[in-house]
Amino acid sequence: MTVESGAATTDQLVQLLTPEGERIEHPDYPLDLSAADIRAMYRDLVLVRRIDTEAISLQRQGELGIWASLLGQEAAQIGSGRALTLDDMVFPTYREHGVAWCRGIDPVKLLELYRGVSHGGWDPEEHKFHLYTIVIGSQTLHATGYAMGIQRDGAVGGDSANEAVIAYFGDGATSQGDVNEAFVWASVFNAPVVFFCQNNQWAISEPLEKQSRIPLYQRARGFGFPGLRVDGNDVLACYAVTQKAMQAAREGQGPTFIEAFTYRMGAHTTTDDPTRYRLASELEAWKLKDPIERVRAYLVRTGQAEPEFFAAVDAEAKEVGARIREACRTMPDPPPLAIFDNVYAEPTSILREEREQYAAYLDSFEEAGR
Amino acid sequence: MTTLTLSKALNAGLRKAMENDPKVLIMGEDVGKLGGVFRVTDGLQKDFGEDRVIDTPLAESAIVGTAIGLALRGFRPVCEIQFDGFVYPATNQIVSQLAKMRYRSRGNVSLPVTIRIPCGGGIGAVEHHSESPEMMFAHTAGLRVVACADAADAFAMIQQSISCDDPVIFFEPKRRYWDKAEVDTGSGVTHALPLDRAKVVLDGTDVTLLAYGPLVRTCLESALAARQDGRSIEVIDLRSLSPLDMETISASVRRTGRCVVAHEAPVYAGLGAEIAARVTEQCFYHLEAPVLRVGGFHTPYPPSRLEDHYLPDLDRILDAVDRASGY
Repeated sequence: MTVESGAATTDQLVQLLTPEGERIEHPDYPLDLSAADIRAMYRDLVLVRRIDTEAISLQRQGELGIWASLLGQEAAQIGSGRALTLDDMVFPTYREHGVAWCRGIDPVKLLELYRGVSHGGWDPEEHKFHLYTIVIGSQTLHATGYAMGIQRDGAVGGDSANEAVIAYFGDGATSQGDVNEAFVWASVFNAPVVFFCQNNQWAISEPLEKQSRIPLYQRARGFGFPGLRVDGNDVLACYAVTQKAMQAAREGQGPTFIEAFTYRMGAHTTTDDPTRYRLASELEAWKLKDPIERVRAYLVRTGQAEPEFFAAVDAEAKEVGARIREACRTMPDPPPLAIFDNVYAEPTSILREEREQYAAYLDSFEEAGR
Repeated sequence: MTTLTLSKALNAGLRKAMENDPKVLIMGEDVGKLGGVFRVTDGLQKDFGEDRVIDTPLAESAIVGTAIGLALRGFRPVCEIQFDGFVYPATNQIVSQLAKMRYRSRGNVSLPVTIRIPCGGGIGAVEHHSESPEMMFAHTAGLRVVACADAADAFAMIQQSISCDDPVIFFEPKRRYWDKAEVDTGSGVTHALPLDRAKVVLDGTDVTLLAYGPLVRTCLESALAARQDGRSIEVIDLRSLSPLDMETISASVRRTGRCVVAHEAPVYAGLGAEIAARVTEQCFYHLEAPVLRVGGFHTPYPPSRLEDHYLPDLDRILDAVDRASGY
């Protein structure tokens, strides 16, 4: 049975910068950013795309086991990421390289994960950026719990309220039980959490129509909190809607669902082959809505950036690319006995025994001179 | 010393933990006004408020998932899963998130979450209310798995679990909730037996009988009955299922030369299998008989009119002891 799906209709889209780079106003989202702010956003967009491109190359050359590309989703991530305060807490999926960049995570840390050197390993509290979560949707519950913790710390509302939580996930995740449970809980407890869904139209090979018959943002209403759809390729709009939703959460108005309508321009990961399930023409159509080109066009047309600026950003991108490439290629493997570290606060008797036995086994090779 | 039921002892332990640390929270279905379906959290919401004793929506995955978030924020949540058979929807959060976060973060993150699960059969319940899923969790690195068997241990072990910086799966023997014992509620837990140690509950010389949770009492009764026949059984309450206190187990088996393990969970791939392998390895030259196991069958938990056949009772345990002694 085929069903008509309204999931992909684009009515009610919040947009502040058209694909052609024209600035438009939206009554609910007045935005007053300086030229320097917008240039800084442009720089971030270009740098994270470069990091992404570099990582794909590193995977192709065997330096990474796999890479999940953010290509096409830069605006959704930089726009929302830059809208956060230093005290806000982020719960990412495994594709939030742009948000990680905004939180000051060295991209090399991300490469560690995809190279197989660690499962993450940064300190979430230091960056207020939780570890990448690979099981789809699980982190939305952690985000909701963390937000309940902010409530219990008495840090919601009031003049000093400066923290809320943002949970990232994709269109596929909206079908997960955990995500729907997170919606229920956040709503019932009025938790200060923003659900930021990057609807990139594809969950590996499954199109949005396999996840929903209605636009995703409309689901929020059924859970009892507001939902909205934003042009996910528009960095200004993503910034504005996230800032407003986070502020509402900090003030005690509870959760908001943001559907950033975007497109996964690359493969799901480097192991995927999108030519098996989608048309090239679809990608071509989305290329016209590129998240970076429209900012560049706007900056050029309004005279807010000179050619020297763009040249400097390109040069910096090259440098960042070279730095992470070198760092990746020279990254040592962890020592074998690191397997046994950090399973428990203190190793258990069972674990100590296994570690000792394996160490002795490894030593036996040395003794035998092999 | 006060005489308390196991349920009341848990309640007293939870109360103490909440008094000692304002970061301790209780969350679960019906834990507030009702006090839990077994009344383990009775009165706590009234005294500590709805923010610390949280009646949650009916979603086990979310109980554990949000507890993880609360722990990341610095809280020490104690989750109640209403019945053993209801824990499976939370398995992803327990196994893939809770257990692995310290490892994933290379030690940057601690998740001091305690998950209380009433377990086991013997109360004539409908399906999903009598299971023993402990081995699913014991098999998962990163979790500590414990089971209390008496009121005194219940009081101490729940507090130790809550103050432990690792996630702890805490099994409560539901048919023993009403068993009474002397509990010293005035004392702290500093001098209590560490959480990862087993306890010899009855000295003996002929056979080592290992059990945990609900079957400790059954094993004690078996040992007392066997004494009439002149057989001296040493009963050990394992208390910690992961890690196992092999030191205490092996020391006993080396003396007795015989070992029987009893649990309600299916014998197949149960904790008895792990113990048998380790005892064989560590006590091989002291063994007079193979390690024998007595437990549930490799079937789903049966309808309650059949549960007396499924659950190891005094006779089945003594039958195993007899077989071990016959070698």
